[in-house]
Amino acid sequence: MKREALLDRTLSALADPTRRGILARLALGEATVSELAEPFAISQPAISRHIRVLSEAGLIVQRVAGTKRPCRLAPGALTGLDEYLELLRGALTHNYRRLDQLLAGRAKGKDKTP
Amino acid sequence: MSELVLTTEDETHVVVKRRFEASPDAVYRAHLDPELIKQWCLGPEGWTMPVCINEGKPGGKIRYEWSNGKGTSFFLTGEILELDPPHRIVHVERMHMPDPTPANRVVTTFVADGAGTLMTMRMSLPDAETRRAMLATGMERGMEASYARLERLSGWKAGS
Repeated sequence: MKREALLDRTLSALADPTRRGILARLALGEATVSELAEPFAISQPAISRHIRVLSEAGLIVQRVAGTKRPCRLAPGALTGLDEYLELLRGALTHNYRRLDQLLAGRAKGKDKTP
Repeated sequence: MSELVLTTEDETHVVVKRRFEASPDAVYRAHLDPELIKQWCLGPEGWTMPVCINEGKPGGKIRYEWSNGKGTSFFLTGEILELDPPHRIVHVERMHMPDPTPANRVVTTFVADGAGTLMTMRMSLPDAETRRAMLATGMERGMEASYARLERLSGWKAGS
C-alpha cells in the first residue's frame, strides 16, 4: 500500500473514539475480543468490526489461541509520523472542545447583557 | 459536536480544519487574547498554562508555558508575522524541550460558515528528529489522556 493510502487508513481508523479506546486498552497488554468488548456498551459483533478496521490499518495484530483470537498492538504500528499525528490530533481535540465551551459561554454571556 | 479533520500535505505540512459555532471575530480573538488562550490551549487534560503571553500585534511576541502540576513543564516561544483581523493569523513558533525546535510557520484562517466559522490551520510537520523529541515528552501525556478516555468508555453507546 502506498504510504499516503496507509496513512489515510490509519488516521481514519484512529478517528473513532471506540477504536482509540481499544488501542488504549491494548497499550496495557494483549486482550481477547470479549475482554475488549467489556468496558463498552456495544455488542461483540460491533467490537469485532472495530477490530477488523484496526487490523486492516495495520494498528493491531491477532493470533489464534485455541478458540480465542487475542489482539495486541502491531509492533511499530504507531511510530514516527503516525504517532506524532495522533499526538497532535489528541491535543487539538481537547483544545477545540474547550474552545467550543468557551465560545458558547461567551455567546450566552453576551445574550444576557441588557 | 464538530470533529477536526487532520490531513497531511506534500509530506511536509499538516492541515487541520475545524468548525466552530461562533463568529470568525470570536474565534479569531480566542487565538490572540491571553485570557482566553490559557483557558483552552492546554492539550491533554491535567495541564495548565501558568504563563501566557501573546502581544496580539504584528511583530508581537508569543510565549506559552505549560505545567502538569507534577514537576513536568515545557514552553513555546514565537512571533506574530501577519494579522488580518478577523480572517488570518500568521506566526512562527518553536517548542522548547528544552532545546528549541526549528521555527514552524503556522497560517491560521477563519472563514464565516453559516452562523459559525471554519478554521483552517496549516503548519510544517516537524522533521523525524524533532518528532522523536516531542514524542519522548508527549507520549506520556497522550497515553494519560487515553487512559482517562478508557475509564469513561463504559457509558458510551453503539455508534457513538
